[in-house]
This record gives sequence, structure tokens and C-alpha cells, in this order.
Amino acid sequence: MPATTASVPSEVRPGRRPAARAVGITRTYGAGSALVTALDNVSVDFLAGEFTAVMGPSGSGKSTLMHCMAALDAPTSGHVVLGDVTLDGLDDKALTKLRRDKVGFVFQAYNLVPTLTAQENVELPMSIAGRRAEPSWFDTVISAVGLGDRLKHRPTELSGGQQQRVAAGRALLSRPEVVFADEPTGNLDSSAGAEILRFLRRSVDEFGQTIVMVTHDPVAAAYTDRVVFLADGRIVDEMRDPTSQRVLEKMSQLSEHPPAQPAPPVPTPED
Amino acid sequence: MWTVTLRNLLARKIRLALSAFAIVLGVAFVAGSFIFTDSLGNAFDGIVGGTTADVEIIPKGAGEVDQFGIDARTIPASVVDDLRKLPGAAKVSGTAQVQGVYVIGKDGKLVGGNGPPGLALNYGGMTSINGDPILTLADGALPTGPGQVALDVAAADKAGYLVGDQVTLVTPGDPPTMKAELVGLVNFGSEGGLVGATLTIFDEQWIQDLFFEGRDVYTSISMTTADGVSQTELRDAARTVVPAGVEVSTGDDFAAKTKQGIAKILGFINTFLLVFAAVAMVVGTFLIVNTFGILVAQRSRELALLRALGASRRQVNRSVLAEAFVVGLLGSTIGIGLGYVLAIGLKALFGVIGLDLGAAGMELQLRTVVVSYVVGVVVTMLAAYLPARRAGRVPPIEAMNEHAAVPESSLRRRLLTGGGLVVAGVALMGVGFTQDGNTSLSLIGAGMLAILVGVSLAAAVIGRPVISGLGAVYRRTSGTVGVLATENSLRNPRRTAATASALMVGLTLVTLMSILGQSAKASTDKAIEESLTAELVVSNATGQFFSPAYAREIRQVDGVASVLPIRVANAKLGDSTAYLEATDPRALGSAIRLPVIAGALGSLTDDTVLIRESTASSRHLAVGDQVTLTFPAGPRKFTIAGIYPSAGGAINNDFLMTLGGLTKSGIQPQDSLLFITKDPGASEATVRAAIDKILADNPTVTLKNQREFADEQKGLIDTFLYIIYALLGLAVVIAVLGITNTLALSVIERTREIGLLRAVGMGRRQLRSMIRLESTAIAVLGALLGVALGIVFGVVLQRAIAEQGIDVLAIPWVRLAVFVVLAAGIGVLAAVFPARRAARLDVLKAITTE
Ligand SMILES: Nc1ncnc2c1ncn2[C@@H]1O[C@H](COP(=O)(O)OP(=O)(O)OP(=O)(O)O)[C@@H](O)[C@H]1O
Ligand SMILES: [Mg+2]
Repeated sequence: MPATTASVPSEVRPGRRPAARAVGITRTYGAGSALVTALDNVSVDFLAGEFTAVMGPSGSGKSTLMHCMAALDAPTSGHVVLGDVTLDGLDDKALTKLRRDKVGFVFQAYNLVPTLTAQENVELPMSIAGRRAEPSWFDTVISAVGLGDRLKHRPTELSGGQQQRVAAGRALLSRPEVVFADEPTGNLDSSAGAEILRFLRRSVDEFGQTIVMVTHDPVAAAYTDRVVFLADGRIVDEMRDPTSQRVLEKMSQLSEHPPAQPAPPVPTPED
Repeated sequence: MWTVTLRNLLARKIRLALSAFAIVLGVAFVAGSFIFTDSLGNAFDGIVGGTTADVEIIPKGAGEVDQFGIDARTIPASVVDDLRKLPGAAKVSGTAQVQGVYVIGKDGKLVGGNGPPGLALNYGGMTSINGDPILTLADGALPTGPGQVALDVAAADKAGYLVGDQVTLVTPGDPPTMKAELVGLVNFGSEGGLVGATLTIFDEQWIQDLFFEGRDVYTSISMTTADGVSQTELRDAARTVVPAGVEVSTGDDFAAKTKQGIAKILGFINTFLLVFAAVAMVVGTFLIVNTFGILVAQRSRELALLRALGASRRQVNRSVLAEAFVVGLLGSTIGIGLGYVLAIGLKALFGVIGLDLGAAGMELQLRTVVVSYVVGVVVTMLAAYLPARRAGRVPPIEAMNEHAAVPESSLRRRLLTGGGLVVAGVALMGVGFTQDGNTSLSLIGAGMLAILVGVSLAAAVIGRPVISGLGAVYRRTSGTVGVLATENSLRNPRRTAATASALMVGLTLVTLMSILGQSAKASTDKAIEESLTAELVVSNATGQFFSPAYAREIRQVDGVASVLPIRVANAKLGDSTAYLEATDPRALGSAIRLPVIAGALGSLTDDTVLIRESTASSRHLAVGDQVTLTFPAGPRKFTIAGIYPSAGGAINNDFLMTLGGLTKSGIQPQDSLLFITKDPGASEATVRAAIDKILADNPTVTLKNQREFADEQKGLIDTFLYIIYALLGLAVVIAVLGITNTLALSVIERTREIGLLRAVGMGRRQLRSMIRLESTAIAVLGALLGVALGIVFGVVLQRAIAEQGIDVLAIPWVRLAVFVVLAAGIGVLAAVFPARRAARLDVLKAITTE
């Protein structure tokens, strides 16, 4: 298992600060009888320099959590903290700036602007901000995602895996506080998926990047340091140094026996 | 399929509204043109009906509505006495009518004047064929002797006169201005008002003394029938009494003929307006083709699904056409409503320039409704046909495809077709230059049309370098946002091209007209500078004739060496109209340089004419030939005594004749221009002061020097140009809507991408500026193409009509540059709505849309 060998248990990294925190966030949609509670009083910390997986059955609120954490959506109640900024009451301008400077994204699909070349896509958040990446850092990221010879290509000329690598490169280039990835390998075959996952793993290990990834795939989860399990909008469990076997067991258990009671808040190392 | 069509329409309310808008505006223009001219026609019909008695008697051939130059013939008063003896006549009354009598208001300004006639006549007390008295006394009394007049209520009101006031009048006779006491006000029988015309009622004896040298004559005689006598019976009876050269018609015939003549003139107005309506429709067509193209492209997956579910190609095709039908129907309905409003606006506008339609209501005829619907629906369906056919060709398999695409015609084919059309257009123009007259202009016009269509087809390809060039500027000024904007306008070349083409059409015409206008002005300058030696000019700013008394009085001024009057008129030459100028050949040389090409100026007598070179060649006439010019009073033969050049001179009509020749042809002596040469030693200021004093009472006839005269002439060109600009403005408005439409649809289409851009940190302002830049790129592309084509067309057309007096080519570069800058501004404006929409998109929703 590459994940277990490459990862270092978080307990042995003392003094880690959280790069992103959710403090008792609830997100509901609709009202009255149509009320849907996508997130139900969720508190969770994502530690700096750690690779975290968020897992759970379909509809459990993973994407919602991700969107709230990434300043794309606002929780109905509760607080989200990114780095040292609390998101409460920030206006669109501030949120935009936050997304640009502190957050990186990798979506499942449609990650790239079709009219821009791979390189332009990678540089997009920085160029929007009117900044340029350090050339040496740019080279490092590009060689890490292995896109050296594809920089001048447009997304339509790239394979799905290559497109996701461009997206991953884009997410990393501005050295954001956190990279959020929502099923980044969902549309890829296993070898292309593995490439992305290895890249994400490397950026955590070598560059100290913080990454939060939603996935359905136990194999993907095994690349991470920690898995947080969601069910019905609540965090029901978490697992350190996951292996695909243990994750698979946990997942099948979750889908067979949905928890009747709210789970206690997940303890984090700092608590 | 019908339910699908309906659902689609409802689900896309905004898109529907946007695409219907083009139709609305186009149809509004068509409907507005018809409604306006119909109402105008109605008003005139009312006047005609309200002024015509049961039987009307006039000199033969008089009463042509489009006659330019006033018929001088009269009927002796004794004829009235003879007619009174007829048993079938209940009432007979002679009218001595004079045109060109205007009222000067209390503010010193002319009432009406800018087109509508100023009529002076004696009161006849007749009843019209409508059964109403033609005139009724509203206030005071009718004039009973010299020094008294009555005015129509509207004119008195505008002039600010009350009964008892002293009224100042401008007359075509002698003296040219006079004062009279206002003794009464009359109401005109027709409810339509007088369409801005002013009526001044004189005592019969006095009007004959003033304008008919005291002869007891009339210009027309009206009769009413006795009980039980028909119009025809009375007419036939009257025919046995009247002298030769006098024509008797029943009131009905007379009114019908007059209405016909008026309808012909109104037809010109209608055609003129409809030309612009057509331009608007053409531009609208681009819009609709584009909108439906985009809608079909966006729905390709859904269409493929329908096909996969078993809908036939024809069904899919028809569902799109059905959608177009509904859009056309809806757009036409709203368009007719808007047209009504537009017509009211036009009425108000014409009211401002003096053509008062009074209380005449707006006339919505069935014909207008039918034409509007046909135009609106047919244009929409035609425009939707190509996209519909493409929709039918979406293969069912595309339903499974993530990036379903509607097959599109290849750019190569478009470029080839477009190029072919351009070549054909150039060829047509080339042939046009070998022909003359109308054939030449038609061929050149057809060539222009072919080139316009060709360029709009090829615009997808030839626009690319333009956008790329703009892109380089954008990159420098706006960085990534600029790059994105450029790439967006390049990603769908057909769409960008079609949108830009709509603007191109408008700007081509605007540029063309600007060049012609500028050239006309430059030609005026040149003609005046090169051929006018007279230092001073007397002219009437409104283009009306004025009393020849002025020329006589100015000749008496100390320091004036010569006064050269110019008179204008028209006559029939064969089936067409020839325009004539008359002057005094002996005084000509002192005021004008007229380089006679063949023959001699000296041989111009009352029975000879000089002919313009271009008229001579198109009519195949040479020195020594005879021409017959037909005037209201009858035909007259002239021998051609010489030929003068077509362009660049002060004399620029078909024929030049003597003043006497024109008077002998039965046209009243009235001047249009006076060219005044002063003695070499005389002070200009003194001479001017003396002449100004003579003209002081008449606000429209003024004295100017060469430069002021040129400015006045150029002012007329400008006025015309501004009217054209205003009318073409509508096409530009539609084109702007087209840009808005395309961008709004693109924003919808790119929702996800916009979400992504926002997610990775693009601010709202940046997003808005991205869309603005894209819009500006389209607008500038359209403007550049339009201005470029307009320059080409302008140069070609100027060359083609150089013979008709526009012999100097002048291109208003600054103005054209302003157009391009304005177009960029238009782009910014067009982007407001789509940009706001894009900026308001919820980031999360956008990024998660399907
Ligand atoms: N915009 C919305 N309006 C209403 N309900 C929503 C909306 N977005 C999400 N939900 C509901 O919130 C719940 C959580 O949705 P979410 O997308 O977070 O689930 P998920 O865990 O990401 O599922 P999946 O694994 O299928 O992606 C679901 O019940 C969903 O129906
Ligand atoms: Mg999800």
C-alpha cells in the first residue's frame, strides 16, 4: 500500500494548526415539509499539511461540506475558518479574494476553461489576481504533474487524466491554505486516478500542502492520512492511516446500519 | 411534438423575449410607416373632400399636385355669370387663389412655412361634397375690402394674433410683405385640420388687385348642384358654357384625382420609411438566425434525445419552425402595437417641423395588420429555417454524447460562398459603371447587396485577424480577463460574425451616407467657389419661392452692379420629369461662370434651352435638336442652343432657359435665388445694410455672402443626413440588441465555466469587464467591417453619381473614427445586461449546473 508507507501518522507531528475548521455548521435547503438538512451541526478540523478524505454514502453531505469549507456556499449556522480568517459575514468581494488566494479546487469534471491552454489554466487564479508564480515553483508544479510537453494544448486536446492533472496543478500553484478536491478521480480509470492521487500525496509530503478530498473509492482513501465519515449530514466516524480494506469495511457498515443517533463531535488532535 | 414546442417556448421566456425583440422593432417600423402615411393620407383626404364642391372648373392641366412652379393661368369672371344661368346650378362661386402667402407671427417668425403651403383666397361660401360648408366664420367678420384679412383659427393661434390685430404677411407678389387688419377667424370644414397649411382670406376685389393685376379673373370656379341634379348632369351642362382650355370635372372625379396625386407623394414618404424598415428587418434577420442557431445548438442534446425517442427529422425540424412561428406571431403583434406608438411619435415630429396633422386619428388599416404579420412571421420563419434544418440533422446518437454538437456548415464553404458573392458584386458594380442612369444605379446597388451578404458570410473568417488584433490590445490592458474575452469571441466564429454583421449593415449605410453627405458638401463648396462670382446671394432658407419685387428693389440699391434671378420649375419630358432653371442670360456672366461645352450662351432665347451634359447624353440630345417640354399650360417646343457641364457649376438642373421662356410656358414669375454682384468700389457692408433693409420684414428670405450661402446649402445636407442617421439608428439599435442577445445566450451557455472562473477567484467586476470586452470586440468588429465597406460603397457611389453634381469625393475620416469609437461604446452598453446577469450568478449553482 503506497498510502500507508508514505504517510506519517499525525500524532507524531506535534503542534499542527488546523488549516481549515468547521465549527458546528448546519446547512439546510428548502423549508417546511421540504426541509432538507444536508449538514447537521458538523464540527471538524483539517490540519495543515495533512491529506484528509471525506467519505460517506451518496447524499450524506460531503459535497455540501466541501462547498461550505471552500467559501463557495455559506452554512445556515455555524462558522467556517480558513487559515486565520473566519468566513462569517464576508462579502462577495472578500470571499472571491479568499478563494483566489487561500483555496485550491479540483472538481470531478469541467475543471478547465476550454478557451485557455493548459498553462494558462494552471496560471489562471494567479493571473486573475494579477500575479505571476515564481518560475522555479511553476516548474516544480508542472514537472510534478508531468505536463511539461502539454502546456500549449487546449483542454479538448487533453485526456481526462491530463485534464485533472492540469486542474491539480492549478490548485497548487498559488500555494493555497487548503486544496479541496471533490471526487477528483471519479471520472478516471484506475491508472489515471492513481496518477492524480500520487501527485496529491506528493504535494502533501514534499510541499506541505493541506488537501481535503471527497471520494467514494476506498483505494483512493488509502492514499490519505485520515478519513472522515459522513452519514446523513453528520460526522459519524474517522479513521487515521486508513487502508482500503478497513475503509471498505467501514463503508459497508455505514450503508447497512445508518446511525440512529447523532455521533459525538469528532475529536481532533488539538482538542 | 406540439407540447414539446410549447414547453420549450415557455421554458425559455427570456431567450424568447430577446429574439422576439428584433421582430418587434422591425415590424414596428413597417407598421409605423404604414400607419403614419395612412393617417397622413386620411388628413389630406379630409382636406380634399372638404374643399371640393360638386363641380370644379380649372384651367386644363392645372391642379397637378407634384407641379413645381406655379401655374399662372386664370379663368375670366364672365364664365361665372354664364354658369349661373345654368338651371342645374344652385350656387356658383369663383375663387382667386394665390400660393405663397405666409403669416408672420407676433414673434417675427413664419407660421408653418417649412413645406405646407400658405394659401390666400377670397371667401366663396361654398359647400363641399362632404356636405359641410368649406369655411365657416368662427370669430369676427369676413373681409369686405382692402386692408382686411381673415385667418384660419390654427394659423392665428400659432401666430399669436387676435381679431383686431395688424397681421404681417409675406406674399409672392408686389409688395413682397404687407400688413392688414385681422377682421375674423375661419374654421376649415374638415376635422383633419389643414396639415399645417395656412389660410388667409381676402376680399375678392382686393386679392385680384394684389395678385392678378386687377383683372376680374379666378383660378378656379366651384358649383353646387340644385336639388335633383347630379354632379354629372351639372358637369355636362357646364361643359357647354366654358371656354376652351378650361376643364370641368365632377367633385367626385376631381377629389379622386387630387387624392391620387397626393397618394403618389405620400407613397414616396412611405417607400422612404419602408426602405429603413427593410434595413431594420434585414438586421433583425441576422439576429433571429443567430438566436435560433444558438438555441438549437444549446438544445442539441435534447433534440437528439427526441430523435432517439423516435421523432423524425422532419418533426424536429418542424418543432423548431413552429417555435419560430410563435415567436414571429408574438413579435408581430407587439410590433404592430409599437408601430402605432411610433406613428404617433412621427406625427408629433412632423408637427414640430410644421406639418400639423391636427386631430386626425391614427389609421390602422387591415392591410397594415396583414402586411405586418406576414413580414414578421415570414422573416422569422425564413431566418429560423437554416437552424431548423440543422436541428433536424442532429444524429440521435448525440443524445448519449456529453458534448453534443449540432453539425454546422464548414467555415471553408462559407468563405467560398461569401467570396463568390463578393466577386459577383464587384462584377455587377463594374457592369453598372458601363451603363447610365437608373440601370447603372440598380446594378451598383445589387452589387453592393451581394458584397454585403458575401462579407457577412465570410465575416467568420475575415473577422478572426481583427479580433486577434484587438486581443493583443486587450492582453496588454486587461491581462487574463482580456485574454478570456478574446478567446470567447473567437470560440464561436459564426456567432460572433453574425452578431457583428448586424451592426456592420447599419454602419455600412451610415458610413455610405456620411461619405455622400460630405462629398455633397465639398461639391457645394467647390461649385460655389469656382463658379460663383457674385459676392452676395439672396435665398429662402425654406426653399419657397419669393416675390420678384425683391430683385427689382435690390437693383435700385447704390453699389449693386447686377442682380441675377434664378427660377426653378419642372416639366414633363416624355414620361419623366425634367427640372428646369431659368435666368437672365445677359446678366449671367456677371454672377456665374458657366463654361458652355457646345453651342453658345449667347444663343439662349425665350425659345431655346441649354441642356446639362449628362441629360443630353442620357436623352440622346445634341445642339440643334428640338425638345418638347410639357407644362401645366401645355407643351412647348425648344431648340437646344448649348450644353453645359454636368458637375461643378452653380447651374445643375436638366435645362437652363430664360426667365421669359419660363413665363411664356405659363409659370408664374417667382424667384428662388438672387445672385448679386456689387460695384467694385462699393463697400460690402453698406450694400448689405441696404439690402437687409429691403428684406427686413421677411424672416425667411435673407441675404448672405458666398460663405454663408455655402453654409446654408450645407446645412440642408446636414439636416437630411441627420434624418437618415436617425432612421438608420433603429437598425443600429437592433444590432445592439443582437449583441446583448448573443451575449446573454452565451452567458447561459457558459454558466458552468463562469462558475468555475468565479470559484478560482475571478471577482464580479472582472467578470463584468470580461463580458464587456467580449461585447466591445464584437461591436468593434462590426463597426470596422461596416466602415470599411461603407467607404468602398461610398467611393463607388460618389463616382457613379459624380455627374449629378456630387463631383468631389470627401471622406469624413474624423466622423468615421467617431463611429468606431461609438460602436465600442455601444458594445459596452450592450454588455450591461448580460454582464450583470453573469455577475449575479450564484457561484455554487453555476458550477453545479448540468
Ligand atoms: N441545492 C440543493 N437544494 C436542495 N437540496 C440539496 C441541494 N444540494 C444538496 N441538497 C441535498 O443535500 C443533501 C446532501 O447533498 P450533497 O450533494 O452534499 O451529498 P453528497 O454526499 O455529495 O452526495 P454524492 O456522493 O451523491 O455526491 C442531499 O440530500 C441533497 O439532496
Ligand atoms: Mg457530492
